[in-house]
Amino acid sequence: MADEKSRIPGIVRQHEREILDQWVRSQLSAVTRRADLLNEDVLREDSRSFLAAFTEALQHGTTGTDGKEWNEVRALLERLSRSRAQKGFSPAETATFVFSLKEPLFAKLREKYTGDPAVLAEETWGMSALLDKLGLLTTEIFQKSREEVISRQQQEMLELSTPVVSLWDGIVALPLIGTLDSARTQVVMETLLQRIVEKEAAIAIIDITGVPTVDTLVAQHLLKAVAAARLMGADCIISGIRPQIAQTIVHLGVTLGEVTTKATLADAFGLALSRTGLKVVRASASA
Amino acid sequence: MDRIPILRMGRFLLVTIQVDMHDRLALALQDDLTSCIVRYGAKGVLIDISSLEIVDSFMGRTIGNIAGMSRILDAETVVVGMRPAVAITLVELGLSLPGVRTALTVERGIGLLRGSLEGTIDGDNAQ
Repeated sequence: MADEKSRIPGIVRQHEREILDQWVRSQLSAVTRRADLLNEDVLREDSRSFLAAFTEALQHGTTGTDGKEWNEVRALLERLSRSRAQKGFSPAETATFVFSLKEPLFAKLREKYTGDPAVLAEETWGMSALLDKLGLLTTEIFQKSREEVISRQQQEMLELSTPVVSLWDGIVALPLIGTLDSARTQVVMETLLQRIVEKEAAIAIIDITGVPTVDTLVAQHLLKAVAAARLMGADCIISGIRPQIAQTIVHLGVTLGEVTTKATLADAFGLALSRTGLKVVRASASA
Repeated sequence: MDRIPILRMGRFLLVTIQVDMHDRLALALQDDLTSCIVRYGAKGVLIDISSLEIVDSFMGRTIGNIAGMSRILDAETVVVGMRPAVAITLVELGLSLPGVRTALTVERGIGLLRGSLEGTIDGDNAQ
């Protein structure tokens, strides 16, 4: 079959306009159509450019989609799949774009090979396999672009969740939010130490108000950060310990050692000020 | 063999480690420093490791040992300028150098040493 010259490329080229019309119509009436996300003009343009590229690639071979003749088709699908993934299409809806081409195409084949069922079956099978491959490609790309989004968000969350704020000359604070795991501790520790160097901070306050639970592992991670800061010459104060967490820490038998702890960030800040020889006073006696 | 210079500043000794430390160099420093403390009657030792990028468990232990020896010889040790990466490495190695005082900069380290000398007879002589 592959060696024999297939008539499909010729048929498709000849009836390109007709197939396109039917294809667009079937897409417009499909249940998976998302009129809210994609208007008819864009859909028509997408379909037109895909079919044109598809027809062109067909002229070079109807067996596989890996050759360089198919580069344009693949690039086009990649663009389309990515943009639809960003717009909020589901993978099924995206893949339907390719699969729905089968109906008008097969109708045309049926019309042409009406007297030769064996060839019709074979040609239909070839086309079907080809379109399936393209359909799967869209799904694959769709998945990949979603994964890229997820990994980027993970990275962003990691960075976002560890801001080191400068409270005063030589005093920095690290408000921790969310659970501390090993990977995060590493990032937290690195950013904290980096900022201590940058700000020449003598005191670092680690505020754990936003840490939902403190177990032995989290405590160990905290103590590591404190020890590392101390090695660099900065004192650490842990603040924002909620009553339940204080209870858990004691029940678990975690010893925080010589680390200074305070209930609130305000208390810790006060202590930090007094350690650096500063004091907060009222601006005027009457106020 | 290379040696790490030990500078004398009044009653303090200043050690700046500016090369990658290897084991023998560390041991030589330990020898030199203890004899210098005794010879000059130093009351404080300041070790600047701001150029030290790589540290292993042996180095970490040696720094701890030097601090311990100095204390026995009645000299306070302050380690200054440790880099974040070095600090993390030492903590991960389980060497948090208990008993060693630390400071971010040389200036603060000297301040710490001066502070610990204040009110003693040596403090008055140090000026």
